[in-house]
This record gives sequence, C-alpha cells and structure tokens, in this order.
Amino acid sequence: MLITRRVEFSASHRCAVEGWSDEKNRETFGAEANEHGHGHNYVLEVTLSGTVDAVTGMIVDLKDVKTVLNREVVDVMDHRYLNAEVPPFDKVVPTSENIAREIWRRIVPHFSTDTVKLYEVRLYETENLYVEYRGE
Amino acid sequence: MKLTARYPFSAAHRLHSNQLSEDENWAVYGRCNNPFGHGHNYWLEVTVRGEPDAETGMLVDRHQLDDCVREEILSRVSHVNLNEQVDELKDLVPTTENVAYVFADWLKRGWMRHFEGGAVSFDRIRIYETRNNRFEIQANEVRQ
Repeated sequence: MLITRRVEFSASHRCAVEGWSDEKNRETFGAEANEHGHGHNYVLEVTLSGTVDAVTGMIVDLKDVKTVLNREVVDVMDHRYLNAEVPPFDKVVPTSENIAREIWRRIVPHFSTDTVKLYEVRLYETENLYVEYRGE
Repeated sequence: MKLTARYPFSAAHRLHSNQLSEDENWAVYGRCNNPFGHGHNYWLEVTVRGEPDAETGMLVDRHQLDDCVREEILSRVSHVNLNEQVDELKDLVPTTENVAYVFADWLKRGWMRHFEGGAVSFDRIRIYETRNNRFEIQANEVRQ
C-alpha cells in the first residue's frame, strides 16, 4: 500500500550555470535565469510504501512523517533564497529536478525500515509542472 | 488505458485499538483517539483499466461506474460512523489504511455484478483523508 503526505513551501531561486555567459544562461533557462531571482509556491508530495501494522492499522504515524518533512524540507527551504542559503544549491543549479533529488537524499534515511520505504518524491514547481523522482 | 473517477463522501471515525491501553492509544493516535470520534470529508478515487470501445470511444460507461461505486461503497459509508455502522470494520481500527482494504475488497467482490465479461478491470483505489494525506491500494493487493 502507498501513503502520500503533501506539504507546501515557498522559496526563491535562480537557474544559471556558474561560468556560463549571461547570454548562454538566458538561452538555456529562459526567464528562470533572471539574475535577481524569482520564486515559486512549491508543493511536495512524498509517497511511502509499506505494510499495515496488525495492531495499529497504520503503515506509519503520519505525525512522524509530518515532523520529518517539516524538519528536513520546510524548515530548511521555506522562504529562503535557495542559491544563497541552502546548500548544495550554491554549487548545484536549483532546478526542480535537483531540488527533488536533494529532498530525496535528505529524507530517505528516515524511511528505510523493513516496513516503510520511501517510494516517490513529487515536486510541483507550479500547478502545471512537476517532477517525479524514485531514487533512480 | 486507465480512467479515474472521484467521489466525495463524509464519515465519522475514532482510532482506538482494543489491544492497546488507554495511554498507548493516546500515544499512537493522538487526537484521532477522541472518545467522541471525529469526521472527514474523504475523497475516493476509483481507477479502472481497459480499452476504449471502438464505437463509443469510452473505456467505461460513466453511469455504470457511478452505480457500481455507489452500490458497493458509498451507500455503506456515506454519513455513517465507520466504527459502529460498518460490519467489516467492527474488529478493525478504521484507519484509512484499513478502510482502503475494505473498500477494495468490496469492489473486487461486487465487480462482476456490474462489469460482466471482463472488458473493464478494477485497477486501484485512492482515498484522500484530507487534502494532504492519501492512501493507495492496487486491486491485486487485496487478499480474497
């Protein structure tokens, strides 16, 4: 069975490769390369797979999931300028692809038991665009 | 191809296990253990699998699917107390995990009454307990 928890956070970023010309960054990332940065209301959906405990009827305590997501993601990224304030995005371009990977890396140790595993991270940059990452 | 339809329903429940002490129940379920119970506006998503009919272009007749879900699930759980009024949940804690198993079991048992011939298969259900929490079970996970 799969269980999915949704959280939101807002952050600003700029997508540009250090060492590239402004022109090349513009060409590659479009408006995302604006040197003053811009922001998104990100929506994160974290899906866990697991078996249901015979006594409690739960795969996992959702309060614990919320605590992990708040501590590892929301407290770290909410209302931050990712490029300047949240490593590794001082060195890695904070595209949604890379943010999803970083979220996976941060939370996977907390969902790696025999009964509960991290299954998927889905990150919506806007309502119309999202990435899915399964640790591949 | 797959098609998903969404059905809202409202129900009350209380999370409490007879196998745990009062303190343990409170520790595990928190406010969901409130003796008076509480409720949710759930969303049920039913996903079916099949090939669109060459003539109608439809994978499944919407009304037939609505009737199936209403008869097999919604009529039993809409505006009820899940602990008290659903036989299959009387010996289970009505967490949404357990509710998902029961719903999937009902659909699987009743499916052929509504969709003879096997052209339309029951694929999975999802239950949203709130906007932020959802539970998904595949039809083949049901033990029958």
